Amino acid sequence: MNQPADALFQYLLRLGDDSLILGQRLTEWCGHAPTIEVDLSLSNLALDLIGQATLLLDYAGEVEDKGRDADRLAFHRDAEQFTNCLLVEQPNGDFAQTMARQFFFSCYSELMFAELETSADPRLAEIAAKAVKEVRYHADLAADWVIRLGDGTDESRRRMIEGLDWFWRFVDEMFAMDAAENALVQRGVAVDRAAIREAFDQRIAATLAQAGLEVQASGWPLSGGREGRHGEELSRLLAEMQVLPRAHPEAVW
Amino acid sequence: MAVLGLVPDPEIPAVSVVDLGIVRGLFTGGDGALKVRLTPTYTGCPATQLIERSVREALDAAGFRDVAIETVLAPAWSTDMISEAGREKLRAYGIAPPPRGAASRSLRGGDAVECPRCGSADTREVSRFGSTPCKALWQCNACHEPFDRFKCH
Ligand SMILES: [Zn+2]
Repeated sequence: MNQPADALFQYLLRLGDDSLILGQRLTEWCGHAPTIEVDLSLSNLALDLIGQATLLLDYAGEVEDKGRDADRLAFHRDAEQFTNCLLVEQPNGDFAQTMARQFFFSCYSELMFAELETSADPRLAEIAAKAVKEVRYHADLAADWVIRLGDGTDESRRRMIEGLDWFWRFVDEMFAMDAAENALVQRGVAVDRAAIREAFDQRIAATLAQAGLEVQASGWPLSGGREGRHGEELSRLLAEMQVLPRAHPEAVW
Repeated sequence: MAVLGLVPDPEIPAVSVVDLGIVRGLFTGGDGALKVRLTPTYTGCPATQLIERSVREALDAAGFRDVAIETVLAPAWSTDMISEAGREKLRAYGIAPPPRGAASRSLRGGDAVECPRCGSADTREVSRFGSTPCKALWQCNACHEPFDRFKCH
């Protein structure tokens, strides 16, 4: 495979896997959320994310040119072939923890897709223009909950702080660059993740200030997801997500 | 186009896929085949495949045998693509339509939303996400009617 195509394939896989795994995680809330409105919200977020993943992974498959489409990539790879960041595969925990994860991811994702709208790759730019509008809603929703819980009762505040504390350790990985991505940035295709970090930090700080919470980057930063080194929780998630297509590989609705 | 104007949106049957701006164009190719260009409202909208099938069935029933359906993402669908007639049909159906030019404004803009039942502008958002990806839940403070609002997008 030629090198630029392989780098683009890997990049699309990273973006697609992030959306897919977080979308799948959020579906676990369906029927379990604190209220019907929240239940609908989380299902809608999951739907958007899986829709974005479908577009990104379908395109990845075309770039790879080995006959794999989004379904093939989603259902017939093992954990070590997934390149999502570790943040999205973490278990939901309680509602505050889910919102902490969503807040960090959607704020990052909104900045990412906003930049990708002007990517030199027209297909990626098209997908980003579509996705950014959806992700903007997600970021607003998550920020609203961070404020509401952070500025709420003693218990909601404690849980919100615990959720944010837990997820801080996974934030750096979302902004890490490597040689392949740097080469794509040079060609105007990818986003320089490091360059959007400041805007991310500002958005986080502004929301936390509104919630009456302090910004406290805590925990030893963890990474490895982009290289396929995941926690066992991802395997459990994949087992549930993939069991049907693996048991009946050619089944259709 | 007249045929497609009768194809209802699967989730809001009061409006057609043409009213909603999902049909982006009709072309006759050099080979005489009819090309239909569709755009999804939301990337994960579960109705997208159903819409494609309904469009195909409607055109087939109207005698168009050679039809090619193409999905386009750009320009990204926005609520500004909903026609004036579509807006009126939404209102009559009990869904507050999005204001014009909404897509270019902030999603958090404080637009007045009118209750589709009594017309009062004294309304509040209950939940940003409603029964389908394209709608938010609102309630009227004047008549207490809960209603759907088409999200600015
Ligand atoms: Zn009213």
